[in-house]
Amino acid sequence: MRGDHQTLALLLFSAFVAVTLGITTWVSRNRQGSAEEFYAGGRLFSPVENGFAIAGDYMSAASFLGISGLIALFGYDGMLYSVGFLVAWLVVLLLVAELVRNCGRFTLADVVAARMAERPVRTAVGTSSVTVSVLYLVAQMVGAGSLVALLLGGTSDTARSWTVVGVGALMVIYVSLGGMRATTWIQIVKAVLLMAGAVTLTVLVLVRFHGDVNALLVSAAERSGHGRDFLSPGLRYGGNWTARLDFVSLGLALVLGTAGLPHILSRFYTVPTARAARRSVIWSIGLIGSFYLMSVVLGFGAAAIVGSADVRASNASGNTAVPLLALDLGGGEGSTGGTVLFAVVAAIAFATILAVVAGITLASSASVAHDLYASFRRPGAKQRSEVGVARVAAAGIGVVAIALGLLAQNLNVAFLVGLAFAVAASANLPALLYSLFWRDFTTRGAVWAVYGGLIPAVLLVLLSPVVSGSPTSLFPGVDLALFPLENPGLVSIPAGFLAGWIGTVTSPEAPDPAKHAETEVRSLTGAGAA
Amino acid sequence: MEKEAGPDGAAMRLDDPWYEAPGGGRGEPDGAVALADRGRIRSGERQGPSAAEIYLEVQSSPAFREVRRRYRRFVVPAAAAFLLWYLAYVVAATTAHDLMARPVAGALNVAMLAGLGQFLTTFLLTWAYARHARLHRDRAALELRWETQEMTRGAGR
Repeated sequence: MRGDHQTLALLLFSAFVAVTLGITTWVSRNRQGSAEEFYAGGRLFSPVENGFAIAGDYMSAASFLGISGLIALFGYDGMLYSVGFLVAWLVVLLLVAELVRNCGRFTLADVVAARMAERPVRTAVGTSSVTVSVLYLVAQMVGAGSLVALLLGGTSDTARSWTVVGVGALMVIYVSLGGMRATTWIQIVKAVLLMAGAVTLTVLVLVRFHGDVNALLVSAAERSGHGRDFLSPGLRYGGNWTARLDFVSLGLALVLGTAGLPHILSRFYTVPTARAARRSVIWSIGLIGSFYLMSVVLGFGAAAIVGSADVRASNASGNTAVPLLALDLGGGEGSTGGTVLFAVVAAIAFATILAVVAGITLASSASVAHDLYASFRRPGAKQRSEVGVARVAAAGIGVVAIALGLLAQNLNVAFLVGLAFAVAASANLPALLYSLFWRDFTTRGAVWAVYGGLIPAVLLVLLSPVVSGSPTSLFPGVDLALFPLENPGLVSIPAGFLAGWIGTVTSPEAPDPAKHAETEVRSLTGAGAA
Repeated sequence: MEKEAGPDGAAMRLDDPWYEAPGGGRGEPDGAVALADRGRIRSGERQGPSAAEIYLEVQSSPAFREVRRRYRRFVVPAAAAFLLWYLAYVVAATTAHDLMARPVAGALNVAMLAGLGQFLTTFLLTWAYARHARLHRDRAALELRWETQEMTRGAGR
């Protein structure tokens, strides 16, 4: 029985890998190797295509398996995540997407550096972008390793390690050969698969309860063992004040972090105009919103059909809730339907991880080549093709991510994702918003905003109970936990904004009104947009 | 969008400042930083306004100020409203347990309604923003874009 799952899941997954490799070779068949082509896919995607690709980039395995699992275990408190992940898109739509598309060329640093002394600002924003990407990347690699162990039953460490290495190698191939065009098509294929899987399972859950959502919720509450409390907040974050503050901190990081994620921002450059960027965000909000609504149904469905106790018995953090639900919906252990559905869900989860990993690798290789390499290059040195540098950078980031992914195999995935969002919200977002909307913003302000958010965020995590001082932390033996919260957002996000403000008002250099005029005119009209 | 594709293509063909040899100024309206500097240096030795002067002029023009005003009049209140509504939701979920657990109908309680309300307001605001931008901003912004590009095109040569 177990063998059937594995064979079928592996077959489906190999099919996905074959299709995506096919896309990569087909797409790179007659590329010219220009920066426009490599970073932005020639800027010729349609809003619908880009909307699906954004949704594919955003919905990681953490959303597919993690949120439904949290809901299956903790009920309502799991739903808080999905709300935060969705509302974040309003920040992107209203304040960021169109303006960034109009002002920038390939990366976030383009937008911020346009008004400032180029070199220090590019270095700062490039550094924080790479930090965010690597954190996010390690989270996905660790997730890939544990998924294999969970879904294919391969509990041995060798299987895990080989998965991490394999995922890393594949992503380097996708990115360095196919660039943005191949990555975008992989995201689109993955988003379609993911939505199809979610719709199928949701329909099956609703059919099981004859379309009666009320009956679904009542039966979820009954089988969870918590009764009515299961349907209201507090099971996970309702403890002491530290836990509550921690959740507010996480909520803040989720809602403000999305607009600072480099791999999301770089997606806006793949469409020709700001209007197209807006329309792609609208598509992705529709897709992401309906996906999270379905994941709520799947989470409560898993609690009602599988039962919270069985979910917890299979995996303590609930990551297997959806596969178990699929097995049951298909007809249960041993049936053909169950085997097929289980294998399909497992294959979709793999595809999801692979696609997200490719998207982040591309964005961080762009940060390395376009921002860091460009500002550290010695003037007068022999100029190398930027795309060549980006390809090498993709391979280098792949190696770093594989190494970190192997080292960090026992780290909690949700924590790494939360940290990536917190760093993005504290370091990238203040610099971005200030440079788009504040006339008096200066170079010093930009540099301080980035480091003033990045350094506190990383330091507070090192001093938090995640790293030391509690039984579940990385180093349970030592106690350096001076900061009580697991997520630094509550402190580090205001710190980033404050540092940017202080840097600007203490700056000896006067703000340049002409450059501000240029940024403002370009951002709102699209004049001179790449 | 299709209508913009043609002129856009023209803008896209412009050279990448990243590759440009230093000093090889071809003053086209791309590469924000380089352009402004070049414009300023040149304005002393040739006729006509520099790119920096053009952007300042466009910025203070009534047409641009109207576009900016329309954008801000929608975005600032909307962003403040949804951020406050989201924060109120998160704080209520963590502190006001009894309120959130109050039953409304069947298994539905206040918390469930508030969560679904967040989804609903997100969709509604997305729709309202898209509509507002399409009806009140896009046309004027596009006209300004061509005008500005025409003016800066002259400035570099």
